[in-house]
Amino acid sequence: MTTPWDTTSEQLLRELAPQVLGAVARRFRDFVSAEDAVQEAMIAAFTQWPQQGIPDNPRGWLIQVASRRLTDQARSEIARRERETAVAMEAEIMAPAVDIESDMDPDDTLILLFMCCHPALTSSSAIALTLRAVGGLTTAEIANAFLVPEATMAQRISRAKQSIKVSGVPFRLPSPQERAERLPAVLHVLYLIFNEGYASSVGAHLQRLDLAREAIRLTRCAKTLLPGNEEVAGLLALMLLTDARRAARTGPDEELVPLTKQDRTLWDQGEISEGIELLTAALSKGSVGLYQLQAAIAAVHDEAARVEDTDWPQILALYQLLKRVSPSPMVTLNHAIAAAMVHGPSKGLELLRTLDTDAQLAGHYRLDAVRAHLLEMTGDYEGAIKHYRIAASRTTSIPEQNYLMTQAARLGDNPGGSYKKAAAPSHGHDPME
Amino acid sequence: MKYILMMNTMKAGQGIPQWPGRDLQAHIAFMKNLNKELRDSGELVSAEGLAFPDQACLVRAGKNGAPITDGVFPESKEFLAGFWIVDVDSPERAYAIAARASAAPGPGGTPLNMPIEVRPVMSGPPPEML
Repeated sequence: MTTPWDTTSEQLLRELAPQVLGAVARRFRDFVSAEDAVQEAMIAAFTQWPQQGIPDNPRGWLIQVASRRLTDQARSEIARRERETAVAMEAEIMAPAVDIESDMDPDDTLILLFMCCHPALTSSSAIALTLRAVGGLTTAEIANAFLVPEATMAQRISRAKQSIKVSGVPFRLPSPQERAERLPAVLHVLYLIFNEGYASSVGAHLQRLDLAREAIRLTRCAKTLLPGNEEVAGLLALMLLTDARRAARTGPDEELVPLTKQDRTLWDQGEISEGIELLTAALSKGSVGLYQLQAAIAAVHDEAARVEDTDWPQILALYQLLKRVSPSPMVTLNHAIAAAMVHGPSKGLELLRTLDTDAQLAGHYRLDAVRAHLLEMTGDYEGAIKHYRIAASRTTSIPEQNYLMTQAARLGDNPGGSYKKAAAPSHGHDPME
Repeated sequence: MKYILMMNTMKAGQGIPQWPGRDLQAHIAFMKNLNKELRDSGELVSAEGLAFPDQACLVRAGKNGAPITDGVFPESKEFLAGFWIVDVDSPERAYAIAARASAAPGPGGTPLNMPIEVRPVMSGPPPEML
């Protein structure tokens, strides 16, 4: 008996992936091999289920296929050793009979999430492994999303698993204290997946897997598993409130449309209300963190029906708070923009000068992009053109480069003309914009 | 982040074809090994060697857009011999790979210390910095 494959089936299969991996990893006490075996079972399901239908117990099917794979491997390993040493190995490493339901543990997905976002990994490795082991994506899909060959991505994932093995993390839920310490790293990985997807969802990359949507799905899942955590809720709210603007963010020729020029009727009101609801609930609980504050800033932008309705004093207050909770040069940069919008461009430029000596930000294109905008607001078009051009030469994003060069050309063609009243700067006020 | 590492050969006439067999083999083995290392580390996006400069020509659009081809001039000092595109975690890592490639063995096994030009590939999102 089977159920026909439809559009929701792929989602179901992906959600099963971490649960199946948890069951198999615990039974075989080997995360590295179990992860490979589950990947093979997933690929088998993706090939067979659309034609043959979904089996009655899809989870059991996947566990069976992955377990068989591991058992076969163990057998051939024993055979190899027997040939070499002529000593019979005990069959202990073979899997016991499958008892599917007793193997299920709802915490498995959470265990895997903490494992894949292990501090021993670089962020690119943690991202790749999280997408495969927790997200249930195939290596080919992940490779395609990051525009690298499949073999390269396979190696990256395999090395990530080796690092985890070497670090000796057991397959169990970290203690509450450990969880609290390591949660920021987990959230950061989810944030990076979203950022990668959102920033690259421009132009020629439409064929790529939607990483922003994948990050939202994983963060939703993390929120269900960690219901009392306001920062997880804040991160999910931030993603939704940012993703809501996606359709307005690119023009007909795939050019970037800054927040100030977006057609706000294209914003996804469903995502906005869900984000605001999540955020309101999280903020009412007390401790305010980095993601909740960023989400709050995104919400203020989203709530303005017209750009001139933007509540800049509130954004400024939120940046001041963010500067205290989680200071970074990028926050200072955004704070400078908000200050310019409330107190005038010279106030913003004054704050920017404090960043000129910052090792992380000096020479970064965003500093020049923001300076260019603020100079334009003061009427210093020559200075603005100069900094737009510097910013254009420093960015590594083609859509952003085109945008910045266009700004410089606009001022050059029309010096002091019809653009005297510059709107809010479009670069930097939102780290995801 | 992705970087391209461009390897420029020395002047024509002092190039690889003139090396003794043993040195040539050592050089080829070094390059193969480097590519394998980059594949195994999950960093290699692509690696290509280019045909010798005498296979190259310069093309310009002529009347009606028809191609006008011209030879590459032998007095050119440097030629692009090949390139790697790597996907790495930091610019420092890209420089380290470039330094490895630069020190490929030349005649007598002496490191060539070739200039390798390293440039970011325009790859979409800027590094996230919050």
